[in-house]
Amino acid sequence: MAVEKRGAEAVVLIEDGRVVKTRVKKSYRVDELDERLRRERTRAEAKLMSDARKLGIPTPIIYDVGRFDLVMETIHGTPLKDVIDEDGARKAGVLVGKLHSGGIIHGDLTTSNMLVKGDRIYLIDFGLSFWDEMLESRGVDVHVFYQTLISSHHDHEKLMSAFAEGYRSSFKGADEVLERVKEIEYRGRYKTEAP
Amino acid sequence: MRCERVLGIEGTAWSLSAAIVGWDRVYAEASAPYIPETGGIHPMAAAQHHSNHIGEVIRKVLDSGVEFDGVAFSQGPGLGPCLRTVATAARALALAYDVPLMGVNHCVAHIEVGRWQTGCRDPVTLYVSGANSQVLAFRAGKYRIFGETLDIGIGNALDKFGRFLGLQHPGGPKIEALAKEGRHYIHLPYVVKGMDFSFSGLMSAAKEAAASHPKEDVCYSLQENAFAMLVEVTERAMAHTGKDECLIAGGVGANMRLQQMLDEMCRARGARFYAPPRKYFGDNGSMIAYTGLLQLKHGMVLKVEDSAVNPNFRPDEVDIPWL
Repeated sequence: MAVEKRGAEAVVLIEDGRVVKTRVKKSYRVDELDERLRRERTRAEAKLMSDARKLGIPTPIIYDVGRFDLVMETIHGTPLKDVIDEDGARKAGVLVGKLHSGGIIHGDLTTSNMLVKGDRIYLIDFGLSFWDEMLESRGVDVHVFYQTLISSHHDHEKLMSAFAEGYRSSFKGADEVLERVKEIEYRGRYKTEAP
Repeated sequence: MRCERVLGIEGTAWSLSAAIVGWDRVYAEASAPYIPETGGIHPMAAAQHHSNHIGEVIRKVLDSGVEFDGVAFSQGPGLGPCLRTVATAARALALAYDVPLMGVNHCVAHIEVGRWQTGCRDPVTLYVSGANSQVLAFRAGKYRIFGETLDIGIGNALDKFGRFLGLQHPGGPKIEALAKEGRHYIHLPYVVKGMDFSFSGLMSAAKEAAASHPKEDVCYSLQENAFAMLVEVTERAMAHTGKDECLIAGGVGANMRLQQMLDEMCRARGARFYAPPRKYFGDNGSMIAYTGLLQLKHGMVLKVEDSAVNPNFRPDEVDIPWL
């Protein structure tokens, strides 16, 4: 059975054996720019996913890269959101640490974009990802993840410290980033959920 | 306590404007904008201009004879010297008339005047002016910033490019006119990182392109590129928050191409786009007065000793109890 999900920039068709993510045309921008962006982003997303995989992060296998669409493996897993515990949060921290030490920012780290299958956690949806080594970008990435913990899990404090423990174990620059996360919280800038 | 009308004064940068506003209308408004003869806005020159003209601007609205129940002023963000000039006048007025004093956040005022004028309720706002470029939406009691510029505001970027082409300040409207004559899109950098955008690299590339392409084409490509970045982040914020109203605010909002793009984006997702009447895009006293009225109603008043200006005042520092 196929399920269709619509985001701001893409339509994702989830079938049994494969996922097709198509970046849709935006009529508000000129054709040259629209096509360039959709083409470049589709390619970049495929590259970011395979780079993440090389860093040891489970991501769906890419079967095909079209002009504006990606065909990839369907991960039959459970969103971390539904099964999270301290161990899961620690594992998520290890993954994000690996990703950041490899110079990748995920851009949309939520417990819905992490799928648990067996003892592995798959990271999905690299649609907002980019290559960056700036402290601020890494801090925002972790902050966004913390926000989803705070908004949807009552024992978020334990989960946050478990995540930080995992993050420190796989990323040398972790302490500096976690300091920045506190500063970002204090600024209130990215606070999108009730405190 | 009566809460029918407020006298508001705006003076964060180039604009110096005072108004008396009630719940359903603007009773009086007077303005004396600072227009640099050459180059961009010089903070001290702008403050000097404001202090020379603030007396006559306030006199004009007082001469309307309309009574007011409080005095509001633009407390920030803005240029320190300009803010202090306006705050001093506002304190003096509040003391002389023995009415409450309200410090208004300039960004919040742009949103509130837009909501007031268009009738939209709970929009995602694209606020684009000289110094500011932000995507905001109400959540958990405040207007949160969902995305913003990492370097310069879109208005400043356009003005700088305008000066580079030898156009007089402000360059935005002149670039808009030139862009209408543009025919060929030139490849320029498109920088959206997560929910944020950056314009400085785009500006440098546009300057380089101007050496080998007609200026009409460069202006056209520059607008298409920069506005697409803003519209994209606005759409993401709408998808993320699930809101189906979009409001444009700030001086650059008067650009018809930007409005057209936002409108098209909204239509495609079944949302509604709102633009206030043209006079409310630029900084104006009415927006400060109207927001001051909301604050007065909700007891958000300042003692004179607590009314220091805040050049880096962020909109998400302000409680919004009225939404």
